[in-house]
Parts: sequence; structure tokens; C-alpha cells
Amino acid sequence: MSRKPYVRPVTAEWIFRHPRYVRYMVREFSCLFIGSWTLLMVWGLKQLAEGRAAWSVFLDVLKTPESVVFHVLALAFAAYHSVTWFRLAPKALPVQRGEDFVADGVISGAHFAVWAVLSAAVLLLAGAF
Amino acid sequence: MSERAIELEVLRYNPETDREPAFQRYAITCREEWVVLDALNHIKENVDPTLSYRWSCHMAVCGSCGMMINGEPKLACKAFLREYTGVIRVEPLRHFPVERDLVTVIDDFMEKLKRVRPYLMPKDVKALEAGEYRQTPAQLNRFKQYSMCINCMLCYAACPEYGLIPKYIGPAAIALAHRWNQDSRDGGRAARQPEIAATEGAWECSFVGACSEVCPEHVDPAGAIQQVKIRSTVDWYQEHLMPWLKK
Amino acid sequence: MARSNKPIVWGPFAAGGTVTALVTPVLILLTLLAGLGHAPDLLAYDAMRAFAGQWLARLALAGVVFLSLWSAAHRLRITCYDLGVRADTRVATIVFGVALAGTAASVLYLTRI
Repeated sequence: MSRKPYVRPVTAEWIFRHPRYVRYMVREFSCLFIGSWTLLMVWGLKQLAEGRAAWSVFLDVLKTPESVVFHVLALAFAAYHSVTWFRLAPKALPVQRGEDFVADGVISGAHFAVWAVLSAAVLLLAGAF
Repeated sequence: MSERAIELEVLRYNPETDREPAFQRYAITCREEWVVLDALNHIKENVDPTLSYRWSCHMAVCGSCGMMINGEPKLACKAFLREYTGVIRVEPLRHFPVERDLVTVIDDFMEKLKRVRPYLMPKDVKALEAGEYRQTPAQLNRFKQYSMCINCMLCYAACPEYGLIPKYIGPAAIALAHRWNQDSRDGGRAARQPEIAATEGAWECSFVGACSEVCPEHVDPAGAIQQVKIRSTVDWYQEHLMPWLKK
Repeated sequence: MARSNKPIVWGPFAAGGTVTALVTPVLILLTLLAGLGHAPDLLAYDAMRAFAGQWLARLALAGVVFLSLWSAAHRLRITCYDLGVRADTRVATIVFGVALAGTAASVLYLTRI
């Protein structure tokens, strides 16, 4: 009786084997938008440091169609990152009260509540209304 | 109970004659209430005695019959035929070498399981005469769900990181280490850290969460792994920034 | 096996993931509004200079930039590996290099405001 175990090769098609893996990759891809938006803001800081004219250039760039499309996508992906992050938080930070654990929904809910309040505060303080 | 005509497409592999695995189709008549394991047993008893697969309890507690059913890691004894339409594809559990037909080589998992020391290393060694260790329900609940692991390895089949990084110690091994770390009687966390806090330990996990989704016992290994990451990170910063503090 | 030094990388990643989850969407909304012609008051030149000129704001901005870039870099590194790119050390050097360069640049610009 001779053994000859067969090793099945692993290729990138694993991503499409089940919706959960696709959702995972979408979540991971949010880093591209968050990263590039942050770099765009670093350029904005440069423009801010260089003076009024440079800052106008920055604001004009924000107004281009490419920038608007990018922002809409970035907002969607960033929001997806937030939603997935807060929904996973209870798994990483379980809270035991007495015998039982605080329900996942409560911990996630607390995160969402902070997110909402913080976002509203920023919008208010930035004079967006 | 009525009957149902079923077609199973099973991945066969005979190491003595085959160069690589190939699918074989079986058309059988099953009872409506059967699970995939019943269908496999029927095939082995009546159609093809050469079909090889592992199974034992037929009630989802032994963890023997894990396999890919229509691409999903499942226990064959818990995969009800009524959940499926069309041809049912049955393959050996992914990410493990195929020994023969649906039997995988599980040595890698067995070795990793041993490395995490999944047994009690008492904080205070008690002589037998001193009586039993006592735990409150709260102390029990702190580790209970992680103790439900039946070592079925569905989580390894679901985990893409284990597929990409064979050295990764994997979900069940970390969850079982965590089970003992969380046990109030245990004092072995420091001994387990070199394994689960190594690069091939919890750090290879990217929190896909597939492991917890496929776990038949709701152990939530993904949660265990994140908790290990956080604890290990706190340890590391404490050691390096405040070495005078005892852990 | 020995305990890894991964916490150096993972700590800022976890902090950055949390920070970006909490503040990045609303900040993107601010710059999106500016792009749509409804720029919030804060984005006017004088208001931004006044805000970013404060020491606490500079520290906060630099911190947010660092954590955002670092967590994005860490995720991008893992994504590359997930997609089958095997040159992990090279990828890591590039992504974390960009993160640190971006942070250094933001600190530089902030000191000039």
C-alpha cells in the first residue's frame, strides 16, 4: 500500500467561491480609497501651508468631476469599512456582566451611536449646515 | 417518508493508480430525510465499496465527516439532502492533502493542536486530597463556547489565509489555546504565547470570519483570534514600554 | 516559534481602523460637499488656517493622518497577499514607506501653517 497524497493548488479564485469572500475583499479594498483620500488631504495640507492661492487650487481640484466621483466612491467604501468594523467589534471585545455576555448588538449599537454623534458634531462644528 | 432520486458527484482519488483526482457521478435513490453521509453509506454498501471517507457518530459531535459539499465545508452527517437541488458535489475538505477519495491528511492540524498545549496547566497545583477545582457559572461561561470545538477542521477549509499560508497555525488551534487561557484554573497562557502569538499564530489572521460562519458548534474561532491579538498587543506594549509591570 | 513583534504593526493598524471608521466618512463628506459647491465654513482659507494653526489640532491631524495611512497600508499589504502576490517584504516596504512618508509630509506642512 503506497501513499501519494495529492495537494490541491490554491489560486486567487477562492475569492469568488462564496459571497462572504467577495464581501471580505470589498471590505479590504476600502483601504485603497481611505488611503488615497488621506494622501489627497496631505496634498491639501501642503496647499494650505503655501497660501491663499494654493488653497484655491486645492478647492478647485475638489470641484472637478473626477474628484466628485472619487469622493462618492470613497464615501461608500469608507462607510462600508465603518459598518463592518463596528459589527465585528463585539467579537474582539466581549464584555461579561455577571454570568452572561453583553449582547453583540448592544456593543455594535454603542459604536454606531458614537459614530453618529461624532459625525453630527463634526458637521455642525465645520459649519456644513 | 418518500424517496428521492439524487445524483452525487464525488471527487475520487486512488494514490496507487491515479495521477490526479477526478469526479465520479453516482445516481441513487435516497430517502427524503437522509443526510449526505447516508447517501455515501448507501453508495458504499450497494454501489461502490471502494469509496473511502471518514465518519463515526453520525450526529455532529465527533468531527470526523467534514467535507466540501457544493463548495462549502460541512459535516456530511449534518448536510440534509432536502437543502440541495440538482447534482450534489462532494469533495475532500479543502486545504488538506488528499490521501484517498474523501479522506484527507490531517497531520498538519494534529501537529498544530499539540503545539498549543490544549490541556490544563494548573495555576495552583492541587493535591488530589485537597478536593476539586471550583468554578462559578461566570468563570465557566468565560471559556465554555471555545470548549465546544469538535476538531472537525471545517474552519481550516473555510479559512483563505490557511489556504495561502500553510504555516498558519489556524482557527481551531488558536480557539482551543484561548479556551484554556480563559479557564480560571489554568496558568499556562505564557507557555502558549510562543505558539499563538508567533507570526504563524494569530497574526496571519485577517479576520475574514469564514471560520466562525462554518463552525457547526458556534465556537466563534474568529472572535477568539481577535481577543488573542488584542491581549498579545497589550502584552507587547506593556513589556516594551513598562517592563517593570508584572503581567 | 517565538512571540512575534507584529504588535508594532498591528497596534497602530487597530487604532487606525477604529479612527478611520469613526471620522473618515464624515471628513470625506466635508470635502465632497466642497466639491459640490457647498463648502462647509471651515474649509474657507482663513478658517482652515486658524484651525490648523492650533497646536492641538496639528497633533490631532498628524495623528489621524498617520493612523489612517498606516491602517490602509497594512490592509493593502494583506490584500496583495490574498490576491497571490508573494513578494511580501517588498510590498510591506512600499506600503509602510508611503505611510511614513505621507505622515512626515503632513507634519512638515502642518509646521508651516
